Amino acid sequence: MAEASGGNGGAAVRFVGVTKRFGDVVAVDAIDLDVRDGEFFSMLGPSGSGKTTCLRMIGGFEQPTAGRIELQGVDVTRAAPYERDVNTVFQDYALFPHMTVSDNVGYGLKVRQVQKAERTRRVGEALELVQLTGFGARRPGQLSGGQRQRVALARALINRPRVLLLDEPLGALDLKLRQSMQVELKAIQREVEITFVFVTHDQEEALTMSDRIAVFNEGRIEQVGTPSEVYELPSSSFVAGFVGTSNILSGAVAEALVGSAAPISVRPEKIRLVAADATAEAGEVVAPGHVRDVLYLGVHTRYLVELDVGADLTVIEQNSSTAGARATRGQAVRAIWSRAANQSLSAGPSPAPRAAPAETQPVSAAQGESA
Amino acid sequence: MTSAPRSQARPRSTATRRTPWLLRLAVAGGVVFLLAPLLIVVLYAFNTESATQTFPPPSLTLHWFSVAAHDGEIWRAFRLSVQVGLMATATALVLGTLAAAAIYRSRFFGRESVSFLILLPLALPGIITGIALRSAFNLAGVNFTIFTVAVGHATFCVVVVYNNVLARLRRSSASIVEASMDLGASGWQTFRYIVLPNLGTALLAGGMLAFALSFDEIIVTTFTAGSQRTLPLWIYDSLNRPRSRPVINVVAILVMAVTVLPILFAQRLTRREGGLNATR
Repeated sequence: MAEASGGNGGAAVRFVGVTKRFGDVVAVDAIDLDVRDGEFFSMLGPSGSGKTTCLRMIGGFEQPTAGRIELQGVDVTRAAPYERDVNTVFQDYALFPHMTVSDNVGYGLKVRQVQKAERTRRVGEALELVQLTGFGARRPGQLSGGQRQRVALARALINRPRVLLLDEPLGALDLKLRQSMQVELKAIQREVEITFVFVTHDQEEALTMSDRIAVFNEGRIEQVGTPSEVYELPSSSFVAGFVGTSNILSGAVAEALVGSAAPISVRPEKIRLVAADATAEAGEVVAPGHVRDVLYLGVHTRYLVELDVGADLTVIEQNSSTAGARATRGQAVRAIWSRAANQSLSAGPSPAPRAAPAETQPVSAAQGESA
Repeated sequence: MTSAPRSQARPRSTATRRTPWLLRLAVAGGVVFLLAPLLIVVLYAFNTESATQTFPPPSLTLHWFSVAAHDGEIWRAFRLSVQVGLMATATALVLGTLAAAAIYRSRFFGRESVSFLILLPLALPGIITGIALRSAFNLAGVNFTIFTVAVGHATFCVVVVYNNVLARLRRSSASIVEASMDLGASGWQTFRYIVLPNLGTALLAGGMLAFALSFDEIIVTTFTAGSQRTLPLWIYDSLNRPRSRPVINVVAILVMAVTVLPILFAQRLTRREGGLNATR
């Protein structure tokens, strides 16, 4: 619960025991979740983890099989999409191809019978917000991917919804554009002060933009927390592996290194490599081994170290000095890290997708969990 | 500087020019073979000779247009053909669109078979469709009227509407309907502002093709008509009367105009849409 924002109360979106089944497949499994008013909330997970289904249930495009969904304290579980004060930016943008950009953006006002003059004014404002002033007369077919994305955003924001849902909206953009849109989305969210619920499978994107992140796996939420909580204090081996890279140690390996077989995770950048004869300070874990691989990546270097206790360890060191005595392949080294860097994982044996390696070893100094 | 690129360009351009020469000739021959008979029909509509066709026509006249215009039988046949065409097209638009929407939106047992059955009448020889319909109408004790003709035509008109609408549905983003609902539109508003305009040109193109198909249909018409004579039937009957041959040619020009123009228009519509969609 070490959550960041102060608790001024009401949940913009609340899931109470929500389950969604498609035939025999359980897409969402008894989820409880609160999204706070005004926050940028990300649902992060691999494809098929249930995050998009959750988003679609908030939008009203899917009905929960069981459980309840509330918006601003009102039960909307069975409400139609047009009865909810929620708008969506679709993954494929879903712009109306037969309408101009202005008509697309103004559609939400038109169907609510807003007067023409008022409509024109608000469409102008919305286009200005997404920096598309002057594009009003074009058709979606004449726009680039990034511009379409902005039109979709302006269209979804024009009704000033309480909550904006974004379904992997940056997925189709190239890297440069994606990064600049991340900054811009965040700025727009601060400006309009609307709750954003953002679905992504990109952990970096989620870390960059969110106030809080819910990490999804197989229809369940593994952890909810601020980006730094999720990264620094992963509560399961899944989270440790999915958000960034982790060394997960458990069983005999953990026992040998830290004295307890309970699984722990250590981030590679918390570990440093020293010569085989160097000594460690008190409160540090020492793991002798030799370097199996060195990957020079510009900003940092990534080492794969084979430990003598029988596990692989990924270590990342910043290339802060130009000359830098870098360890070389085959060299005998000691991997050293502070016991405080050991993050104990709640037992769940879920496979850690990106994480490498390690077996186990108990770290006694497991950090206190975030309750 | 200029000489080098030019010498490079030359062999390539002669190569592209020479290779398709024979091909061009063949294509030109094919086009002439297809179009020349049509031109002859047009030419002999102006022929002063009524009974014999000599080439070239001894001299030209507009006389037969006047004869055709004052022939009440031709006008009756023309009106009947237009009526049948409109009825068949209207039926096809409704049924074809509904069928396309059903096939596109839902997955149900026998979906593939239904899709196949809808397409079948276009491939089935008209004579089979005709005989089948005639026996069916007879069995059911239905009199042969303009309605039976229209129903007969509708069997294959449905196909073109169905195909056009289904293609459009498949090219459209499925989420635009959700987007519309999401922005606050009711079901009717979504249909009115999003679904219908999006299908608009597909319906227009399909409808015009359907009308053109119906307008010059003769085989199914023969089997499903009672005493009614559509324009194609009138032409067919008149072939036995050599004296009116120039008049037949005049009517043939009319049929060409009524069928070719909508098809050209429909093609332009769908092509423009295709271009638009390709950039999406």
